[in-house]
Amino acid sequence: MMSLFLRDMKLSVRAGGGALIGVLFFTTVVAVVPFGVGPDLNLLSRIGPAIVWIGALLASLLGLDRLFQAERDDGSLDLMLMQETPLVLTVLVKCLAHWTATGLPLVLASPLLGLFMNMNEVAIGAVMLTLLVGSPAITFIGAAGAAVAVTLPRGGLLVSILILPLTVPVLIFGVSASYAAVEDPAPFLPPFAFLAAITLFFAVIGPLGAAFALRGNSD
Amino acid sequence: MRLLAENLSVRRGDDLLFSNLSFELAAGEALVVTGRNGSGKSTLLRTVAGLISPETGRVRLTGAGIESGRRAGEASHYLGHRNAMKQELTVRENLAFWQTWLGDFPGGRGLDIEEAAEAIGLSGITHLPFGYLSAGQQRRFAMAKLLVAHRPIWILDEPTAALDFAADRLFAGLVTRHLEAGGLVLAATHQPLGLAETRQLEMKGFRYEGDYAA
Repeated sequence: MMSLFLRDMKLSVRAGGGALIGVLFFTTVVAVVPFGVGPDLNLLSRIGPAIVWIGALLASLLGLDRLFQAERDDGSLDLMLMQETPLVLTVLVKCLAHWTATGLPLVLASPLLGLFMNMNEVAIGAVMLTLLVGSPAITFIGAAGAAVAVTLPRGGLLVSILILPLTVPVLIFGVSASYAAVEDPAPFLPPFAFLAAITLFFAVIGPLGAAFALRGNSD
Repeated sequence: MRLLAENLSVRRGDDLLFSNLSFELAAGEALVVTGRNGSGKSTLLRTVAGLISPETGRVRLTGAGIESGRRAGEASHYLGHRNAMKQELTVRENLAFWQTWLGDFPGGRGLDIEEAAEAIGLSGITHLPFGYLSAGQQRRFAMAKLLVAHRPIWILDEPTAALDFAADRLFAGLVTRHLEAGGLVLAATHQPLGLAETRQLEMKGFRYEGDYAA
């Protein structure tokens, strides 16, 4: 299992792997917002957590469609389906590798983008923490979408449309937890606990659904 | 070890591609599946590998040391039309991944990566990226994948496409050695594989009814 994780990590950092594309997209999206909104520092810091979260959500949707399609294109998926190793476990490891290669860099880049948005230290810390906890959920949900669309030649857009509604709760609780850390009356812990629960829930449901879809699509 | 296919029928869309197909393979035996394009050779192989679920019938594995309920696919190598190797990784990384990830099936051991490269006659270039090699070399390294992890059953779909004459003979040697060691081979091919003793299965293919009947 470790070998699969390491292989997927290697593939994502080699040429054409797309680990950096997500971060670049994330940076571009958030960096242009201040130019569009204008130099109102108060407004920027107020919308900052939401913009960073939206940027991270869209960036993490980018490479998801290739999660299984690349394996299918070169025939590796057939071999993975045949093994004794439960497919759910294979999918879970692939998700974790995908998140480490594409999701974790987003989390690490978020403090810099928080500075662009004139956010204070507490807000930056809160966004980083909520992204760390919430972004794996996006990968797990995306895995199910990617598995459903694995046989479609240009399923990229379809995957995004399929999974976007399911990621909305992640966005809502992620952003509300980030705001709760800055604005006093709102409690931080309840939305944060919900966010963690969503991630754990989809860590189970996502790979299961993906494995089911991959089996069905193998014909 | 025996591989049994019992009354297999496979449906593609509305048509039955083949029906009530049965065969039996014992250790050391090879079955070569021939037939024209579209007659269902690849489908049969994928069904045995467990990648397609048959309409009726089943594929079973029996023999000493094999617990019931083991799928035939778990005991098999499947070499399809695609090589299942990553272009971006080096040959060594590709083979090392499959070696550790596939693991050995009980009852045998896979070769070392360098030994496997030597067996296919391409030692010394395992440090190159897989995408850098020619189609024939890529195919040969895909065959090396069969050697690095032990599987008693080899399911080979057009294994010698893109190979030159020398590589053809070399591959026949590999298959013969696998059979001598008690392996089973199920191959679909147009060209003769150059094996000494094989059994043949000719797929006649689906016949359309009515006006289009051949």
